[in-house]
Amino acid sequence: MQTEIIVAGFGGQGVLFAGQLLSYAAMDEGREVTWIPSYGPEMRGGTANCTVIISDEEIGSPLVKNPQAVIAMNLPSVDKYVSSVRAGGVLVVNASMAPREVERQGIIVVNVPASEIAESLGDKRMTNMVLLGALLGNLPVLPLESIEKALKAHLPARHHRLLPLNSQALQRGAEYTKQPVV
Amino acid sequence: MATIEPMLEEIVYSRPESLTDAATHYCPGCTHGVAHRLIAEVIDEMGLREKMIGVASVGCSVFAYNYLNFDWVQAPHGRAPAMATGVKRVLPDKMVMTYQGDGDMASIGMGEIVHAAARGENITVFFLNNANYGMTGGQMAPTTLPGQKTTSSPTGRDVENAGFPIRASELLSTLDGSSYIVRRSLHDAKNIRLAKKAIRMAFETQLRGLGFSMIEMLSSCPTNWGVDPNQALAWVAEKMVPYYPLGDYKISEAVKQIRI
Amino acid sequence: MARELIKGNEAIAEAAIRAGLHAYFGYPITPQTELLEWMSRRMPELGRAFVQAESELGAINMVYGAACAGARVMTSSSGPGVSLMMEGISYIVGTEVPAVLVDVMRGGPGLGNISPAQSDYNQIVHGGGHGDYNLIVLAPSSVQEAIDLTVECFDLAEKYRTMAVLLLDGSLGQMMEPAELPPMMPVRETFPAWAATGAVGRKPNILSSIHLNPPDQEVTNLHMLQRWQTVEANEVRVKEYYMEDARFVVVGYGSAGRVALSAVRAARAEGIPVGLLRPISLNPFPSNMISKLADRVEAFLVTEMSTGQMLEDVRLAVAHRRPVEFYGRVGGIVPFPDEILEEIRRLAKGPLTLEGHPRNRWLARMTGAN
Repeated sequence: MQTEIIVAGFGGQGVLFAGQLLSYAAMDEGREVTWIPSYGPEMRGGTANCTVIISDEEIGSPLVKNPQAVIAMNLPSVDKYVSSVRAGGVLVVNASMAPREVERQGIIVVNVPASEIAESLGDKRMTNMVLLGALLGNLPVLPLESIEKALKAHLPARHHRLLPLNSQALQRGAEYTKQPVV
Repeated sequence: MATIEPMLEEIVYSRPESLTDAATHYCPGCTHGVAHRLIAEVIDEMGLREKMIGVASVGCSVFAYNYLNFDWVQAPHGRAPAMATGVKRVLPDKMVMTYQGDGDMASIGMGEIVHAAARGENITVFFLNNANYGMTGGQMAPTTLPGQKTTSSPTGRDVENAGFPIRASELLSTLDGSSYIVRRSLHDAKNIRLAKKAIRMAFETQLRGLGFSMIEMLSSCPTNWGVDPNQALAWVAEKMVPYYPLGDYKISEAVKQIRI
Repeated sequence: MARELIKGNEAIAEAAIRAGLHAYFGYPITPQTELLEWMSRRMPELGRAFVQAESELGAINMVYGAACAGARVMTSSSGPGVSLMMEGISYIVGTEVPAVLVDVMRGGPGLGNISPAQSDYNQIVHGGGHGDYNLIVLAPSSVQEAIDLTVECFDLAEKYRTMAVLLLDGSLGQMMEPAELPPMMPVRETFPAWAATGAVGRKPNILSSIHLNPPDQEVTNLHMLQRWQTVEANEVRVKEYYMEDARFVVVGYGSAGRVALSAVRAARAEGIPVGLLRPISLNPFPSNMISKLADRVEAFLVTEMSTGQMLEDVRLAVAHRRPVEFYGRVGGIVPFPDEILEEIRRLAKGPLTLEGHPRNRWLARMTGAN
């Protein structure tokens, strides 16, 4: 059993961190996992993405053409990955940054106004957590609590005051559940 | 019957322990032998032989390790200061010296020497400047004088085409990392004595952990210059010294405090 | 010790430190820079030697110096930098002193790009520097393997008094995986008897690669070759997957090997009896193993992120007894599993030939030429 997830967006949106958090959670659950980044040559502000593969056996390729799930944090990422999500897979869209109807049949498209939710929670940096929550609400690869545990275990102590806010953001995102495509 | 009174002998000159008894391959009249001997004498006087690690270079002095009696490593052409850095960084309590010619240090190895000096690497560099590539048969070196004939500047060094000589001591003395940089010559007894004193100062600098030291020694190359040994020494005095003035180019405040 | 999520480059650096690394000398180049940065922080805090050299020429010769002093020493770089290091590598091997190089390969030739590639195989495995010599070359395909093989590189380099190279591509350097680091070993306090450490109460040690007298050089070269035979006899390492009943074999190392693993699994799911042979030691190369396989399997597919460099070693071992096909992606592109799956299907479907060169057939397919 192997699950592939691509997280994509602008540099600075917490794309790589969201992927790392998934990886930590998978590792702590005793799963095999790979995290591999790909980003433009720009140091800041370019497009960034990372691929996370979670598996029960030795992982082969760290990259996949057709992932099971994609978190697209902006419009260019939606355009880039909408057609590559595997049939029956999940596309989580940050609707705040991609206010356009996604035209793709046969996958679950979850539109979440994540930036707005994060702002309403008082911290725009929580956007990636809202989207991660929405992903796990629709893709049972890891329980939501495993992300919360991973945050606590791997976030430097100086950021621990943000843990409750992170949990809230994850929960808010997870409320956006859709029925699987039959 | 007359008795022969035993003569009282006093040995006033002998081979330093830091010099092996091998006959050198250097040409008659070449001052490499003088430089070797001075270094060996100072190492003996300071009791450093068992602490010394030499870094040989590529050029006529490639076989310095056959003549100087301590541990040696042998660097690729120009890389002796980098290799010395590697040795010194893992053996900071030992003494490390490089022995390099002008082609080796001032041409192919310019990058390595500049950065070793800039880092203030706590090593001692002996820079033998004889204004040509000796081992390969007398080609133009970065130190070859304007107009000087060599096998690769047969009509004399044309500065329009080949550029100007590099004065390494002056250049390296501009770097904040260097601590002791002097130029001496080996063309007569007085200058040889001054060179020996400088060698002592350079080793004292390293021994005290005061940083990068280099002694440039103007040297003769009668074979490749096509003159006899005496003429070669005179050429050093008359031609090289005016272009490469003797003197102290960098003596850091800490080195100035050294009292021997 | 618990598993940690670690980036390949940093894992290699920390593994080397824990293996008792005494000195690191390097120069920044993408995609290995995290390794140098890790060293710049960790080595000084442990009281060990770190120098960011002026160039790769400087770095490799600092390594050479420290190796002559008998210290555990390493450097790391990528293609363009490794090219500059070739001089020092030849001297290090010629002087028979141990040292470790980590080469995190990127797209080339020339400045190329900073994306992953495997195009330095020939440079590292078949020479690159001048003279007759062999380097021990190990190729990891995961972060854990990179850690384990880093430690092994030091042990092998010292055992056989030569240079050992950890050869990987940029994607493994950038990848994070859970892995376990070895326990911390202190820097050795004693140095080997042959090292240049100061001639206290002994004759001077002279470490040099010069043998001006040709018969002396010949003796040295033959002696080094005899030692290499011992390496060949004892240090071949591979990992095999689904090989028991395999009629077709994919051969790939490093990242290309693990991409092939996904393809082999997919092919198995389709009922194709295919296995994967992933060489871990590229030098010594598992030639005997491949030669024996040629007696029992139908065909080979070599997959690399180059235009077919290891391909020639496989062909030599197979010796025209079975068809060998090739699939590569080059210039900084990592193949997807489905590309290799397609090649496996083609291999299983046939017809195959012993004629011609597999590289030419691959090139024709890649460029749409006939």
